[in-house]
Amino acid sequence: MINPIQRVLEHTTLSRRSFLAGSTAGGLVMAFGGGALLPSAVAALEEKRFAPTVWFEIDSAGTVLVNIAKAEMGQHVGTALARIVADELGADWSKVGIHHVDSDPKWGYMVTGGSWSVHTSFQALSQAGAAGRQVLIEAGAALLGVETAACRAVNGAIHAGDRSVSFADIVQKGAIDRQFTADELAALPVKNPAERDLIGKPISALDIPAKSTARATYGIDAELPGMLYARPIIPPTRYGSVVNGVDDSKARAIAGYQGFQVLEDPSETVQGWVVALADSQWAAIKAANAIVVDWTPGPTANVDEAAILARGEELAAGDSGALYVKEGDVAAASGEKQLSATYRTHSVLHFTMEPGNALASFTDGTWHLHTGNQWQSLILPVLAKALDVPESQIVIHQYYLGGGFGRRLFGDTMIPAALAAKAVGKPVKLVFTREDDSRFDCVRSASVQTFDGQVADGKTLSVDSAVVAGWPTLAMAPGFLGDGLEDSGKIDPFSASGANHWYTIPNHRVRIINNDLAQKTFLPGWLRTVGPGWTTWGVESFMDELAHAAGADPIEFRLAHLDAAGKNAGEAPNSVGGASRLAHVLRAVREQSGWGRELPDDEALGVAATFGQERNMPTWIGCVAHVKVDRASGAITVKKLWQTIDCGTVVHPDGALAQAEGASLWGVSLALHEGTAFADGQVADRNLDRYTPLRMADVPELDIRFVDSKEFPQGMGEPPLSPVAPAIANAVFAAVGVRLRDLPMRADDLKAALNPA
Amino acid sequence: MIEFTVNGQAVSSAAEPDTPLLWILRDELGLKGTKFGCGIGSCGACTVHLGGVATRSCSIPLSAVSGRDITTIEGLDGKHPLQQAWIELQVPQCGYCQSGQIMQAATLIANNASPTDEEVVTHMNGNLCRCMAYTRIRKAVHRGAEIASEGEGS
Repeated sequence: MINPIQRVLEHTTLSRRSFLAGSTAGGLVMAFGGGALLPSAVAALEEKRFAPTVWFEIDSAGTVLVNIAKAEMGQHVGTALARIVADELGADWSKVGIHHVDSDPKWGYMVTGGSWSVHTSFQALSQAGAAGRQVLIEAGAALLGVETAACRAVNGAIHAGDRSVSFADIVQKGAIDRQFTADELAALPVKNPAERDLIGKPISALDIPAKSTARATYGIDAELPGMLYARPIIPPTRYGSVVNGVDDSKARAIAGYQGFQVLEDPSETVQGWVVALADSQWAAIKAANAIVVDWTPGPTANVDEAAILARGEELAAGDSGALYVKEGDVAAASGEKQLSATYRTHSVLHFTMEPGNALASFTDGTWHLHTGNQWQSLILPVLAKALDVPESQIVIHQYYLGGGFGRRLFGDTMIPAALAAKAVGKPVKLVFTREDDSRFDCVRSASVQTFDGQVADGKTLSVDSAVVAGWPTLAMAPGFLGDGLEDSGKIDPFSASGANHWYTIPNHRVRIINNDLAQKTFLPGWLRTVGPGWTTWGVESFMDELAHAAGADPIEFRLAHLDAAGKNAGEAPNSVGGASRLAHVLRAVREQSGWGRELPDDEALGVAATFGQERNMPTWIGCVAHVKVDRASGAITVKKLWQTIDCGTVVHPDGALAQAEGASLWGVSLALHEGTAFADGQVADRNLDRYTPLRMADVPELDIRFVDSKEFPQGMGEPPLSPVAPAIANAVFAAVGVRLRDLPMRADDLKAALNPA
Repeated sequence: MIEFTVNGQAVSSAAEPDTPLLWILRDELGLKGTKFGCGIGSCGACTVHLGGVATRSCSIPLSAVSGRDITTIEGLDGKHPLQQAWIELQVPQCGYCQSGQIMQAATLIANNASPTDEEVVTHMNGNLCRCMAYTRIRKAVHRGAEIASEGEGS
């Protein structure tokens, strides 16, 4: 099953289109056009009548400006994307800049997530850069009076022998009006890896100087003249709370208080909301504390974490769900050893450092929303419904994101800001406190996974598995659900991916089930790595259990199942080599970590593997964790993590390493330090006094290496996260013989297991 | 009216005395580099220097800064040894916490030309980086101290 969102992105970037290059007032503009050729590329470009996800400009000083429709949230995405264009173009990297665009529908389908950006943009960016190079060579050859065949584009100039003309000169002199048909475009030569000047070479990210010197502007920094500040008063349940009355008598004593609004939201994104308004953020914060709202809570006001997990276990034990994997016949298989296990994960917060916010204003007939957002194309129709205006009258202005991690895929903070602005007829800047942000978070759903496995002849004969969780795609983008096998129903690919792994198991069945109680109680969110955050936890831990049941070394046991046969052979261009590449990174990390060496008592190594987010976009990772267990307290210390990563071609090596470092430490944090619980229909832990992400003192040593590959680039933002927790748990088992099956792993649970009463 | 000094400039505010310094800096003085993160002094994104001491501006009221000397990230002029180190070692990811990280680290290297790894971790442990760029932050504090020492030597 190909993830339907990825399919949309690939369709947008790979569909057959013409290419336009023209001299405009601002310089030389290049972009994709429509299907047919136009009378003039210049006219179309001046009016921005083109069909981008890719377009760039070269000004009269020769500076290349690449427009970026992806959100910048720490992954330096603009740097990586510009690098691809600039390499093909033959640009001088010191004269390349980026610009993050607003939500105009002209820019194409806008979503940043899934670790898709480089992968789904690479071919279109390469083609666009190659076409730009051709245009510059033609213009440069004319200026130099030579044949185009004698010209090369290198470092911001067209060279012929020892003569050259700079991009700046070409832009200043050129009256360029050039088009390529889709066929001509496809025929243009794209550089082979050996010819690349920029991709894969060391580089500084374009956004880092601004972020080191307080010059980066985030959504929370936006302001407009005459705006009111606001803070939400969040109801007791996500859905179905009704406001019966509001008493603001105490708030009226607060200097700067400007009243409250009860929000009526036709989009039903916010139900039973009140916002407090004031002349300053502090007055709005105090007013929201002082206002007393009488609600009738929605039906889930008493739901807690135990009930959500119990519902998950009940559903897993039944026979419902959509079929995601079906190989052989699990019912008929009969092996030497049977084992069963249930793996669970608890609710997790996004906890972006920049709390939820949005600034909304209605100016000259258009709604303007200012905030950092990952999926403009998803929230625009919701905003249109909430405000009762067409999408064409709404513009989302993009800012740097103070952390995304999937939280800002759903731009729901814009809804209450816009409704409040509409109600008061003034611009409104709505800022959530940290506690508000946690209560309104689309948390990573708690999950339950069951496994029934059988071992025969030292290998896995069968695995029957069920995966139950709240489904983000069902809640926020139901059009992007996938189809189960044999007409078995809908599947959220984001709650399933990872269960369709690359180990060959002759009899293998996976059912994917929606946890309806979770779905009713809260908005399940996409959180960094999404489904593999729990599927890989279960798959890689259970693989370890099977290995021990078979009496095999955990790495050897995995390798024995990575035969790259049948559906696991891989296919061009994305998964060339298939499971053999996963075997390769496992062997590499075995050597890298010194697997098998003697360690002190209560210390051990554990292994896990992942293919990242999607079978058709595999990033192959082998991971080993070195842990130390303190038997008295049950505390787990991660001393070191090793990862070997094969993500195909690496476009921005230091950026890829930074993502791997951050994602690995997210893995440690979610394994040992983070986790909350629903209590009375809401998350219980709302600020850092009780929600405790990893801090510097608990950071293990990291040894992360990349496979030198020329294969097509895959994704890097998320994959290194998911193998960390199972590698830690497998190491704990190797160290002290206790199998931990709940995330986060709690010291108290391990202590109880080690020291039975 | 409460008067104090920010980045060497005399300023004043007529806001309510219980207003956290954070909101005065951001919304009255337009110094947006100081960030709102948790509001309880536990993430460090709002860190400024108050009389040379790293202080959480979300948790100190306007009334407590009367006559005091405050430095924000904007007061480092973009060329502080730590800012050079942050760029050299490519530290920031989303960047939101980095003003606070740099302001926190600046008070360490101002008083300790060559901190040990343990001293860096102890000093920086209260600053959350949600992107978890901790390995680079730690290295860059050492590198910043080194650059600062080189500057004094020249």
